[in-house]
Amino acid sequence: MIREMFKKFLLSAVVLLGTAVAAHAETFVFTAIPDEDETRLKTRFEKVATYLSDKLGVEVKYIPVKSYAAAVTAFRNDQVQLAWFGGLSGVRARKLVPGSQAIAQGEEDKAFETFFIAHNSTGLKPAASLPKEIAGKTFTFGSKGSTSGRLMPEYFIRQAFQDAPEKVFSRVGFSGDHSRTIALVQSGAFEVGAVNFKVWENEMKAGKIDPAKVSVIWKTPAYPDYNWSIRGDADKRFGAGFTEKVKTALLEMKDPDLLSSFPRASFIPASNSDYQPILDVGQKIGLLDE
Amino acid sequence: MTTSTAINGPSAAVPQRSPLLRASLGFFLLAVCLLLVADIEITTRDPWLELGRLALGIVTPDFFAVEDLAQALFNTIAFAIVGVVLGSSFGFVLALSFHHRAVRVFCAVIRAVHELFWGLIFLQVFGLTPLTAVLAIAIPYAGIFAKVFSEILEESDPAPLKSLPSGTGTISAFLYARLPDALSHFKTYTLYRLECALRSSAVLGFVGLPTIGFHLESAFAQGGYSEAAALLILFYVIIATIRVWARRQLVPFYILVSLIFLPWGGSISMSHVATFFTHDIVPYPLRVAETFDATTLSALWAWMTDLFAGQALPGIVSTVVLTQIALVGTGMLTLLFFPLISPKFFGTVGRNIGHVALVVIRSTPEYILTLILLLLWGPSMLPAIVALALHNGAIIGHLIGRHTETMGLRPDHAKGLNLYFYEVTPRIYPQFLAFLFYRWEVIMRETAILGILGITTLGFYIDSAFADLRFDRALFLIAITALLNLGIDALSRRIRARLRLKSRLDAV
Repeated sequence: MIREMFKKFLLSAVVLLGTAVAAHAETFVFTAIPDEDETRLKTRFEKVATYLSDKLGVEVKYIPVKSYAAAVTAFRNDQVQLAWFGGLSGVRARKLVPGSQAIAQGEEDKAFETFFIAHNSTGLKPAASLPKEIAGKTFTFGSKGSTSGRLMPEYFIRQAFQDAPEKVFSRVGFSGDHSRTIALVQSGAFEVGAVNFKVWENEMKAGKIDPAKVSVIWKTPAYPDYNWSIRGDADKRFGAGFTEKVKTALLEMKDPDLLSSFPRASFIPASNSDYQPILDVGQKIGLLDE
Repeated sequence: MTTSTAINGPSAAVPQRSPLLRASLGFFLLAVCLLLVADIEITTRDPWLELGRLALGIVTPDFFAVEDLAQALFNTIAFAIVGVVLGSSFGFVLALSFHHRAVRVFCAVIRAVHELFWGLIFLQVFGLTPLTAVLAIAIPYAGIFAKVFSEILEESDPAPLKSLPSGTGTISAFLYARLPDALSHFKTYTLYRLECALRSSAVLGFVGLPTIGFHLESAFAQGGYSEAAALLILFYVIIATIRVWARRQLVPFYILVSLIFLPWGGSISMSHVATFFTHDIVPYPLRVAETFDATTLSALWAWMTDLFAGQALPGIVSTVVLTQIALVGTGMLTLLFFPLISPKFFGTVGRNIGHVALVVIRSTPEYILTLILLLLWGPSMLPAIVALALHNGAIIGHLIGRHTETMGLRPDHAKGLNLYFYEVTPRIYPQFLAFLFYRWEVIMRETAILGILGITTLGFYIDSAFADLRFDRALFLIAITALLNLGIDALSRRIRARLRLKSRLDAV
């Protein structure tokens, strides 16, 4: 009886693993870094999956991930073949997967910005350069792996103060994502924060920001950010010209409802070399090994 | 009932202090000193504002807001069951050879690493697959099961063994004389571990596995308290009904269902597994070195010392500070909590309320309690201290409260506060300290993982290393965390021996 059961158990395990592997080969899977409101991720991105599926003629699936690093790992381990990365996570992912390439970016990503925001009780005023008075305040980044919420703001802080953020501020936190950064500074849990400008604008439009409590005190110079990256073996797995097809599908995405998931006005072509500045900054501040 | 002559009876101005009291005072004073230097600031401007929204969410749970709720609940339970089945099976095998020093050390090491850290490691190796979750639970649990099972076997009644005729084979002797007595203890302990595994499984969602923790984290992060309340309520129901659905006969069925319905999709590539172990976790200077020479060695030394001084050391200091304060906090709350469920102090109605309160507090993983308190009070050690003390205080308080049920009292015993201070508390005190010292190492393990939430314990630096995809650093820091745990475990054993505290571990 028990032996019977064990046999069945093993058999079903083998069959399941087999079908899983087989099914996997035909499905094109993508993910996106969890950079803002993480609820209803599936509802938002499954619409994108349907769109891509129609355009590409293969089954397309979206899987949600909890962290930037998890998105990179999924890309590296071939659990996803396409991903909507940030500048830094894209660089990391493409370094780990030979032949992978950035194929598209948002129109806004050519010249992306970070906004430094402050609780109004700090009395900090908007300035043309990073206000020196932020020294000694409490400060929150976004996610540890974020370009606009970590890498670039840390770079500009180090440039302005010639010191590590932990030395400049009385307390340094990592909120986890951009929506959370805004909420924490707005509630006063942190006095100053660094946030992705698109998320700020989006939440401002949605009426989630109270200008009496929190405002922008500095806007960074522009840098390249988010990108769609695809694995180098995509053509081999899904047929010749597949990468080009994916790129076209992304560039032709015009439905505002789909684009609002990112949120971007439209997608434009991109290449790996566009992100050299991110790689350089990452190495300079020690977030990337040489 | 364990008694200690030193603290029994009225001490009519006896200047000589008992070792138990001295130890307690020592730990208490240390915690007070650490509290003075610890970061326990409330940083939010209006801590009560968020509490109001949280309370509103709790009374208006929204069971329909969560995507894939059924799958998340199923995953939570399935990971726990498969993890415990694997963990207890391997633990049992290891327990049989527990007299070998190598086995004991191996088990101590695998259980010194928290399941969340195992989860983070396996995420890199196997990705977001059920295998990651199951192994993250099964491996540390195997180490724990091995230790507890071997202790149970050791303590099992020797009488049946003596009555065996000479020449009985070792296996027969084990199966017919030793195992039957131990089996019921094994069952009780495994059921308790299943409850722990449900909590572990839920918390694994916080690092990305598809359990209810995944949705809880999102809900809390966005202030979706109605959604969070619904998830927590369902979680409490699963734990509260565990005796109803967790039956041994159903285990094969559960495993089969888990195998069929868990989302096994996604292949595991052996070459990635190999890369992880042979490349990713190799310290960076070694990985990029062409030859192994003096330059490489000095680079490796610099890498290690930088990592140790810059991250491990500050991490160790906060981990120890937080652990010691939380340990004493746990003790104080335990003494406050146990009367709530003790028949010596409350009637049936009062006790039932006490039971519900303690069950809710101890069923909530400390990780989630900390997250909630962080939302209310802002980032500092305070939320972690309170969460750890509440969770662990409720667990030990429950055990001590149950312990007082069978305690005999004189017909003319004192009542109320006098009974509490002069009779019951002194009598349970050795038992209480034993539980507390057993829990010490658990509290430290939990303290380390709370770093993932932003408190600068070792977990903070480990999480950062994973976020930077620097697995060499992550593994180095996890190894240091494990060593720290082993150290505390050894220290706790020595103190317990010195104070002659003895209690069955399977209750903790």
